[in-house]
Amino acid sequence: MSIQEVPQGRLRSPFYSRLQALDTLNTWHEWKGYSSADALYCAETEYFAIRNATGVFDLTPMTKYRISGPDALDYLDRLVTRDMQKIKPGRVAYAVWCDDQGQVIDDGTIFHLREGEYRLCSQERHFAWLTAAAIGFDVSVVVETAEVAALAVQGPTSFTVLSSMGLEGLATLKPFGLRHFEFAGTELMVSRTGYTGDLGYEVWIAAEKAELLWDALFAAGQLHGIRAIGTHALDLARIEAGYLAAFEDFLPADTTVRTGRSRSPFELGLDWLVDFKKPNFNGRKALAEEKRNGSTWRLVKLDIEGNKPAHHAYIYAKEKRNKKEIGFITSAAWSPVCKQNVALGTVRMPHGKTGDTVWVEIFYQREMHWTRVMAKAVVVDKPFWFPPRRSLTPPDPY
Amino acid sequence: MKTYDAIVIGAGHNGLANAAFLAKAGLDVVCVEKNEYIGGATVSRNLYDDWIYSNCSYVCSLLRPEIYRSLELHRHGLQVTPYGGSLTFMQNGDYYGGYHDPEVKYREMARHSRHDADAYERFSADTMRQCRLVRDFLLKTPPDPTSFKLRDLRELALLGGKFLEMGEDRMYETIRFWTMSVAEYLDEYFENDVVKTSLSGSGIIGTALGVHSPGTAYVLLHHYMGDVDGNVGTWGFARGGMGAVANAIAGAFQAYGGELRTGAGVEKIVVKNGRVKGVALENGEEIDARVVVSNMDVKRTFLKCMDQSDLPKAFHDRVSNFKIRGSSGKVNIALDGLPTFPSLPKGSSLYHSDMHFIDSMERMERAYDDWKDGTWSKDPYIDMLIPTLIDPTMAPTGKHMMSCFVQYCPLQIEGRAWTDTERQAFGQTVVDQIANYSPDFKDLILHMEIRTPQDIENEIGITEGNIFHGELTMDQLMFNRPVPGYAQYRAPVAGLYMCGSSTHPGGGVMAAPGANAAREILFDLKRKNTVPENFGDD
Ligand SMILES: Cc1cc2nc3c(=O)[nH]c(=O)nc-3n(C[C@H](O)[C@H](O)[C@H](O)COP(=O)(O)OP(=O)(O)OC[C@H]3O[C@@H](n4cnc5c(N)ncnc54)[C@H](O)[C@@H]3O)c2cc1C
Repeated sequence: MSIQEVPQGRLRSPFYSRLQALDTLNTWHEWKGYSSADALYCAETEYFAIRNATGVFDLTPMTKYRISGPDALDYLDRLVTRDMQKIKPGRVAYAVWCDDQGQVIDDGTIFHLREGEYRLCSQERHFAWLTAAAIGFDVSVVVETAEVAALAVQGPTSFTVLSSMGLEGLATLKPFGLRHFEFAGTELMVSRTGYTGDLGYEVWIAAEKAELLWDALFAAGQLHGIRAIGTHALDLARIEAGYLAAFEDFLPADTTVRTGRSRSPFELGLDWLVDFKKPNFNGRKALAEEKRNGSTWRLVKLDIEGNKPAHHAYIYAKEKRNKKEIGFITSAAWSPVCKQNVALGTVRMPHGKTGDTVWVEIFYQREMHWTRVMAKAVVVDKPFWFPPRRSLTPPDPY
Repeated sequence: MKTYDAIVIGAGHNGLANAAFLAKAGLDVVCVEKNEYIGGATVSRNLYDDWIYSNCSYVCSLLRPEIYRSLELHRHGLQVTPYGGSLTFMQNGDYYGGYHDPEVKYREMARHSRHDADAYERFSADTMRQCRLVRDFLLKTPPDPTSFKLRDLRELALLGGKFLEMGEDRMYETIRFWTMSVAEYLDEYFENDVVKTSLSGSGIIGTALGVHSPGTAYVLLHHYMGDVDGNVGTWGFARGGMGAVANAIAGAFQAYGGELRTGAGVEKIVVKNGRVKGVALENGEEIDARVVVSNMDVKRTFLKCMDQSDLPKAFHDRVSNFKIRGSSGKVNIALDGLPTFPSLPKGSSLYHSDMHFIDSMERMERAYDDWKDGTWSKDPYIDMLIPTLIDPTMAPTGKHMMSCFVQYCPLQIEGRAWTDTERQAFGQTVVDQIANYSPDFKDLILHMEIRTPQDIENEIGITEGNIFHGELTMDQLMFNRPVPGYAQYRAPVAGLYMCGSSTHPGGGVMAAPGANAAREILFDLKRKNTVPENFGDD
C-alpha cells in the first residue's frame, strides 16, 4: 500500500476559489508553499483600492502560532525584545525576536486574544526556534497556519465595509486593538492592524468558514469599492508606510551564511521595541553591548529626488569622488499617493542621520539603453504615508 | 633513450588531470596505467551485454568547475546532469522523501516533524558556512604552518582571516564542527530519527567510522561542498557514467600532446643519487623522466613501489601509519526493467532519487559494528540509484542499471581474504535488503558486479580499497594530508611528486589534487602556471 505523497504543487488557501473567480491575469507566485497572486486584474487599480476604497488581501499563508498556557506571557516576554506585560487582552503588539547575538530572527505581530492566550504571526516559519525557547515554561506552541484563514481589509472605506457586514461596535476599536465577533456560528476575530499604513483591519476565522466570510465581506463592500488585491499592490503600500519585509530589508539571522548579513533591532530602526527594563530576554546581553558600543548599520527611509525608482541602488555619501559606497537600497518605489520617489535602505553608521543628505546611484533602462543618474536623497524619520484616518477613532465613514 | 619531462603513474582522473595541466604547459608527458582501461575509480565499463556500469564512483558534484572549464571538458564529451532528491524507506511501511523542491521537502519533513522542517533552514545555513570555509581552499596548496616562506604565510593569513571573520561564536561552532560526530551535529538541529538518519549517510560514506564516531561531521561536509553549476550540495550524473569524466580529461591531455599508455604497470620508481630517474615497468621496460608524479595512494607509492632506503625514516613511518581502511563495497546490477516500490506512489519523483533502506541511527551504528567485527553489514547502509532513469546511454531502451554503494564492507573477512562464496553472500545481502521494499526486483536481475574493498584494491590498486585514498579525518586533512610536512605534493625525493586523492583536498571525483600538484610542479620547473584559480564564492 503506497502512502500518499505530500502535495507536490503549491497549496491553495481556503480563499482560493474566490480569488480565482476574480483573477483575470493568472500571475501567481509561491509564498511559504501557497499560491499567492501577484495581481488579479491590475496591480495599479488594486493599489488604489487600498488608498481610495478597500483592498482585500489573502494573508492566510502568514505563519501563525497559538501560544497558550500558564506561562504564555512570561514565555513571550523572554522571547521578544519588547515588554509584553503592557499588552493587555484585546491588544496587539508588533515585536521582533533575536538570537543570542542580538540579531533579528524575524518580526511579527502578537495578538493577545484573551487572558493567557496569544497568536504569533510572522512571515517566516519558526517552530524549531519557538519550541527550543519554550524549555522551562509551561506553555504550548501550536502551528495554526492552515487552520486559520485571514484577510487584510485595508483602506478608507474598510470601516464602513465591515460595519455594514453587521460587525457592531467596531467604531471604538483603536489601532492595535482586537475584538471577537460571532459569525456563521463561529468566532470571527477582527484586529485593527495591517501592512499598508492606512485605516484598515485584519479578519481571522476558522478555515472552513473562509468562503462564507469572503462572500459576506464582498456583499457588504460592493457599494464601497471593495476589491481583491495581490502582492504587488500590498508591497507598494507597505513601502510607503515604511514597513520592513523579511528577505528584503533584513534577513532572518538564522538563515544567513556570511558574517555581518544579519541585523540587530537597532540597525533596523526598532530601538523602541527593545526594553532593557526587562531583566531577561533573548539577545539582551549582546544588545546591551551594542547599545554601549554603537551599531554598524542603520536603516534609512529616503526621500529621493526625481522620479526614477532606486531599485537595488548603491548609496554614497557624496555626489562625486566616493571611495566606497556607504550602503544600498533594499526596497524602492515611486509612491503614487505621495508623488514621491521613496526607498528603504541600509547604510553604515554614522551615515544616515535624520536630515542627512546622501546620494543614490540609479540605473534605469529605456528602449534597451541604460542610463545612470546620481540622485540626491534626504533621510526622513517618519513614514512617507501616514494619514490621520489611519488612527482616527472612531473612523470617519467614507 | 628518450627522457620525458614527466611521467605520471596511473590514469585515475587525478593522474590525468595532472598530466593534462603539465602537457598544457608544454611539457613532454607520458601517463602510464597498469590496467587496460583508464579512469581508476572514475570509470565506466561494459561488463554485460549492452549495459554500462559506473563501476566505482557513480555520482558527480565535487569535480572542480574551474578545471572543467579550463580543460574544456565539454569538448571532450563530458556532460553532467543534476538529479534531485533522496529517499529513505522505513520498516513501518512509510518513507521519508528528501524532495528536490524546497517547499515539497519542507512539507515532507513536516509530515515527520514540524520542528525539523523549521530547523532545516538553520542547519542548511550553518552547514553552508562550513562549506564556504573549505571550498575556498580546494584549489590551493595547503600552507605549511611551520614554514616562514612568504607564500605559506600569506595562505595561512588568508585561512586565519576567513576564520576570524566568522566572529567569536561561529569560530567556536567551527572548531566543534571539525571534531564532532555526524550524530552529534544532527542532534543539535533535529529530533526525528528518520530525518537524522537520512542526513547522516553523507557522514559515513567511504569512511571506516560510525555515525557516532568523532570526525564524521566533516565527512558530511565533504559530500556537501561540491556543486553542479554553482548549486552547492547538488549531485549529478556524468552522461555515460563516471568514466566520461576520466575520458574527457584524457581527451584534453592527448589534445595537448600527451602520451597515454595502458597495460603499463609500474613496478618501481627509480631513484639515483637522491633524485628520481624514472620508472621501471612490470614488463621490465624502463622509462626516464626529470619528474615522476604518482597518482597511486601514498602507501602504494612509497611502501610498494620504492626502495625503502630512498626514504627518510620518519616519513616512512608516517606513511605506514596513514589510515586508509577500506569500508565500502559496490554492487552494480543490470536490470530487465524498472523495479517497483509499492510504498511509493506510482510515478513519484522519488524514483529518481538516492534511495536508502536504513531508517534509524541505531541501525546505522549497528551496521558499523559488523564492520568492526570483521564482516560486512548484515543490515547495510545502501546508497542506491537508478541512473538509467535520467541517462539514456547506460542500458538498452526500456532496461535499467542500478548502482548500489554499500557501507560497510571490510577489506578482509575476520582477518583473511574473502572467498567467492562470501562475495556472493555480500551481494545477496544487498539484493535482499532492496527486495524487502521491491517484490519484483529480484526477478529483473540479469547480471551483477559485486565489489569488495579487496576487489577494489586488486583491480585499481587503492590500498585496502579506501575510496578516498585515505580517511578524511582532521589528522589527515589540509596540511596534515597525507602526512605533516609533505602536504605540498612534493615527496621527500627530488623530482618525485604525489597527485592522487591521498593529498589535499582528498578523495572524490574532484580533480583538485591532480591540478594542485601540477601547479607545484610547474612552479618548481619555473614554467608558466596552467592551473586555474578558484572561482571563489561570492
Ligand atoms: C566504490 C567507490 C565509489 C565511489 N563513489 C564516488 C562518488 O560517487 N562520487 C565521488 O565523487 N567519488 C566517489 N568515490 C571516490 C573517488 O572515485 C575516488 O576518490 C577517486 O576516483 C580517486 O581518484 P584518483 O585519481 O586519485 O585515484 P584512482 O582513481 O585510484 O586512480 C589511480 C590509478 O592508478 C593506477 N595504478 C595503480 N597502481 C599502479 C601502478 N603500479 N602502475 C600504474 N598504474 C597504477 C590505477 O589503476 C588507477 O587507474 C568512490 C570510490 C569508490 C572506490
